[in-house]
Amino acid sequence: MEPTTKTETLDIEGMTCASCASFVEKSLTRTPGVQRAMVNFATEKATIDYLPAQASPATLKEAVVNAGYGVTERAPDTSAADRQAEIDQQKALAYVKLKRRFWVATVLAIIIMPLSMLMLWPAMMARVNMQWLNYGLLVLTLPVLLYSGREFFTSAWNGFKHRAANMDTLIAVGTGAAFLYSLAATVVPGWFMRRGIMPEVYYDTTATIIALILLGKVLELRAKTQTSAAIKALMGLQAKTARVVRPDGQEVDVPIEQVQLNDLVVVRPGEKVATDGVIEEGTSAVDEAMLTGESLPVEKKTGDPVFGATLNKTGSFRFRVTKVGADTMLSQIVKLVEDAQGSRAPIQRLADKVSAIFVPTVVVIAILTFVLWFDLAPVEARLPLALVNFVAVLIIACPCALGLATPTAIMVSTGKGAEHGVLIRNAEALEKAHQVNTVLLDKTGTITRGEPAVTDFVPAEGQDAAQLLQVVAAVERQSEHPLAEAVVRYADAQHAPAIPATGFQAIEGKGAQASVNGQAVLIGNFRLLDEAGISLSPTVRRQADELLGQAKTVLYVAVNKQAVGLIGVADTVRDTSAAAIKRLQGMGIEVVMMTGDNPQTAAQVAGQVGIKRYFAEVLPSGKAGKVKELQAEGRVVAMVGDGINDAPALAQADIGLAMGGGTDVAMEAAGITLMRSDLQGVVTAIELSRQTIRTIKQNLFFAFIYNTLGIPVAAGLLYPFFGILLSPMLAAGAMALSSVSVLTNSLRLRSFSPAKN
Amino acid sequence: MDTAEIIVTLTGLALSAFVIWYFFFSARQTASAVSTSSGVQEVDITVKGGYSPDVIEVERGKPVQLSFYRDEENSCSEELLMPDFSIRRDLPAFKTTLVELLPQQAGTFTFTCGMGMLRGSLVVK
Repeated sequence: MEPTTKTETLDIEGMTCASCASFVEKSLTRTPGVQRAMVNFATEKATIDYLPAQASPATLKEAVVNAGYGVTERAPDTSAADRQAEIDQQKALAYVKLKRRFWVATVLAIIIMPLSMLMLWPAMMARVNMQWLNYGLLVLTLPVLLYSGREFFTSAWNGFKHRAANMDTLIAVGTGAAFLYSLAATVVPGWFMRRGIMPEVYYDTTATIIALILLGKVLELRAKTQTSAAIKALMGLQAKTARVVRPDGQEVDVPIEQVQLNDLVVVRPGEKVATDGVIEEGTSAVDEAMLTGESLPVEKKTGDPVFGATLNKTGSFRFRVTKVGADTMLSQIVKLVEDAQGSRAPIQRLADKVSAIFVPTVVVIAILTFVLWFDLAPVEARLPLALVNFVAVLIIACPCALGLATPTAIMVSTGKGAEHGVLIRNAEALEKAHQVNTVLLDKTGTITRGEPAVTDFVPAEGQDAAQLLQVVAAVERQSEHPLAEAVVRYADAQHAPAIPATGFQAIEGKGAQASVNGQAVLIGNFRLLDEAGISLSPTVRRQADELLGQAKTVLYVAVNKQAVGLIGVADTVRDTSAAAIKRLQGMGIEVVMMTGDNPQTAAQVAGQVGIKRYFAEVLPSGKAGKVKELQAEGRVVAMVGDGINDAPALAQADIGLAMGGGTDVAMEAAGITLMRSDLQGVVTAIELSRQTIRTIKQNLFFAFIYNTLGIPVAAGLLYPFFGILLSPMLAAGAMALSSVSVLTNSLRLRSFSPAKN
Repeated sequence: MDTAEIIVTLTGLALSAFVIWYFFFSARQTASAVSTSSGVQEVDITVKGGYSPDVIEVERGKPVQLSFYRDEENSCSEELLMPDFSIRRDLPAFKTTLVELLPQQAGTFTFTCGMGMLRGSLVVK
């Protein structure tokens, strides 16, 4: 056998001139097993063809190092999981720091609060020196401001330099103003007294605001990590190692990154399948729930595809690797979910516009609040009142709630969808799906399995059914025709023992013949028997007509020139179809079917699953037209299909749903991909979308109402009528709770589970 | 109206006008992408309380590589959103994160932090 060469690319470090490149090249070429080495000075890359039996990436690297240069590990190849791990680590660290800052602020605020309220006990007040007390409070407040609250100020300042204002700007200006006023009142109380103002301090306000806002942040961070839990769980599914069979037959565990295309990988019971491939040897049942949401293990045999991250249950098998890294099904699902989480829902547009101008607008409102209070309030109280309301306005305003309302819900629900085998392409698709009032189903492959199955096995009078099935299966096992496969599946399901057949011969367009137990067996269409001069008894003829009337394909079986039975074959309706369609109708959605079949067959299938409206004899090219026809009736149409010729219809529909095992083209055209070949997925997708949009609307409503009511109240709008003023501390509490409420509401989507019938 | 009131009122109005001008109408820092020999348009962006530069000009139809260096720990900027390109990326602090995209259509596309407070735009010509 001709030894196969492998190609490796290395990033070379330290080459300063073109002659270095030729030096590295020479060194590589001299290495045993290397057939050709090419070093590019400009790109700093070496491309090497080598014999894997004599050289390996490690020996190549050694050759480069021996020549006096370095090899850079290819950085962009770090897996998504690694990157995520680093980010997670940073976030965990940030969380610990944040919590520490929160506790420092809280403990100090708890001490500062009662000290500031001494004036409530006049007896106590008489004994303490106000001046000294204020200095004490100042000392206690400084750490809150400079340690716990520092980030607000640095962030506000960094933002200011960029002409950007964020939530931290509001907090920094608010607490900063309260603190500076208090500082002045502490250091130069005489200046205030001379103007008839009590030199009051607001250290408690400063400290409490910071403590409460930090509390909000702690809660927010904790909740936020949960919004992306689903996608992290998906990434974590990746197997770490694979047991690769070397050409010499040795089995070696290698890290997953080193598995290459066409490697042979062994999977034993209870192990994870390392990557995507095709089984070469062995059978097993594989749990694919993590990818498809299908809870029952799937039977796998030679030639069947297996997918990385799925769990092998019963048998052990060997498979040939067909996809690695970013091309695997798991990586693609992760990518799709990530993309969806990065997309923007149209419903968010208004919130986005408001967010963009929110903070500067609030700052202006706060300044005007200050001016109005200063101008309108009684002279002796005007400065404190103006200040308190200025701070309250800044603190109560919460742009976070607006910003979090939509994306958090989208993140939770796209992750949740993936868990149930519903992959949502983007937020727009999710939003569209909730408006759907008509679902158009392409019959074949969606309502039905899309492959023939034996529906009737009819032995002629006096024939033993079990024995006849054995004989029939013996012949059909030799055939590759889809109808024959259906018969074999049926026989296997009935546990018919396999017996040998000899002299098998396929008769093009008619059927097949073979000899079983010395008997001549013919299986095929009517013409096959007719041409062999075999006549049907009136009973058999009547039974055949009956099957044909049900739009089934009929196989005729003859043994020793005598018709002995019939087999009815049809594309069968999936067990779950009727229930799922009923459920859709229960949700107020009209379900319409289209098919290329004749009207009788169409009517029959439609009746079987409870569909009232259907299009029969639709040509593949006419499918998109039918979608348009329904849209012209003013309907919002979801199209469910599976094949290539569905792609235009999927794209034409308001939302396209491509069904599992669907082609890439169909998935490309579809807004939602269902990993499982089952109409239940359509129900799940629409229910999930309806719940998500409901959650988003609640969030947005809350965020808008909170701010539009909160800001005027904080500005003191109620004061002239009811004498109500909002303390900045209460404002801080409200603000901390508002963003957490929105997040919590989004997280409720995690408990989504599709309705079971 | 006493003197103090007049001063406060005028200062307040002036401040308001400044805030509106500064945040909404003042000129932004613009940068054009540098094309490498391989035809990739590269731009380095520093993330610290905002994006600098915050207006990035690139050409249509050529791959773009944006290197975001996040020069702070503040949680505001930890997420990067480019909704028009379906990108949501976590930016680790004090690390460079590469974002690659291929602009097919001309136009101005906003990118923001997770909550839409920090904003920048990608101008595709």
